[in-house]
Amino acid sequence: MTKIGVVVFPGSNCDRDTIHGLELAGGEPVELWHEQASLEGTAAVILPGGFAYGDYLRAGVIARFSPVMRAVGAFAANGGLVLGICNGFQVLAEAGLVPGALLRNRGLRFLGRDVRIAAERLDTPFTALAGSGRPLRMPIAHGEGCYFADDMALDALERDGRVLFRYVHEDGSIADDQGDPDNPNGSLRAIAGVLNAAGNVAGLMPHPERAAEAILGSEDGLGILRSFVEAAGASAGSPSAAPAMAVR
Amino acid sequence: MSDFRFAVNVTPKPGILDPQGRAVESSLAHLGIDGVSAVRVGRRVELTVSATDEAGARTTVERLAGELLSNPLIEAFAIERLATDVP
Repeated sequence: MTKIGVVVFPGSNCDRDTIHGLELAGGEPVELWHEQASLEGTAAVILPGGFAYGDYLRAGVIARFSPVMRAVGAFAANGGLVLGICNGFQVLAEAGLVPGALLRNRGLRFLGRDVRIAAERLDTPFTALAGSGRPLRMPIAHGEGCYFADDMALDALERDGRVLFRYVHEDGSIADDQGDPDNPNGSLRAIAGVLNAAGNVAGLMPHPERAAEAILGSEDGLGILRSFVEAAGASAGSPSAAPAMAVR
Repeated sequence: MSDFRFAVNVTPKPGILDPQGRAVESSLAHLGIDGVSAVRVGRRVELTVSATDEAGARTTVERLAGELLSNPLIEAFAIERLATDVP
């Protein structure tokens, strides 16, 4: 089975759910503590949701400077697959591993409820098995999820096909920027997830691991985790696989 | 070495959505206050730096402010020198 690292920061609270979801998706999850500088030879890494370091200062910023994030940065630069979910997305954005920033939700409230997103790209390691572009229902649980980048950066993201997920209506049409409950946090251009330039690092605000089995009310997230595990398995034999030794 | 005390004021850049500022602004009507606009809510961090001189201390603060205390994509910062005897 393919080993997938799940980073545990002080304040992570979706690590166990992510581990369970990865098991359902056929992966072999390995916990990676924030103070370790080695990814233990895992084939891919997930930064799970939560409130790393209490989200003090700005969500994700203190986590960015942890030893494990130096290793994740080197791994990503080498082509390794990295997925950030919710707080993990905020950490990736603060670290500059994905573009943009996550601002306070426009309504100022923490939101915990189901939303619908659709994958714009189906040819990525994160979405190949994720429902062929149909709306996927899964929960959000965040206070800072309003995706922001300047207009030029947004244009470039769209042009380069780096918008991975958008918030959509039930019929699959893209939600509006403002005053549309289907774009819960007011993300610009309804962006719910993005890719880095090389296409090996992605972040999204909704929680696929909380929608990965029927008992949770939706299995729509499982396809994202399965895509990730499968792509990690395919890359495990390649030189881009995580170095087994410590990265300084 | 001497101790130099600074404050770093971090504010949302112009044009960046600031829902907190907007919420504050809209609450002013409840206080019976009018004529207040463009409210922006930021963050202030005070800190002491040990260095041989003020210029060296300021360099440290600038790095800290740019790399950690603010996110240059969305926030601007301004550094203020404070009296050193503030605890």
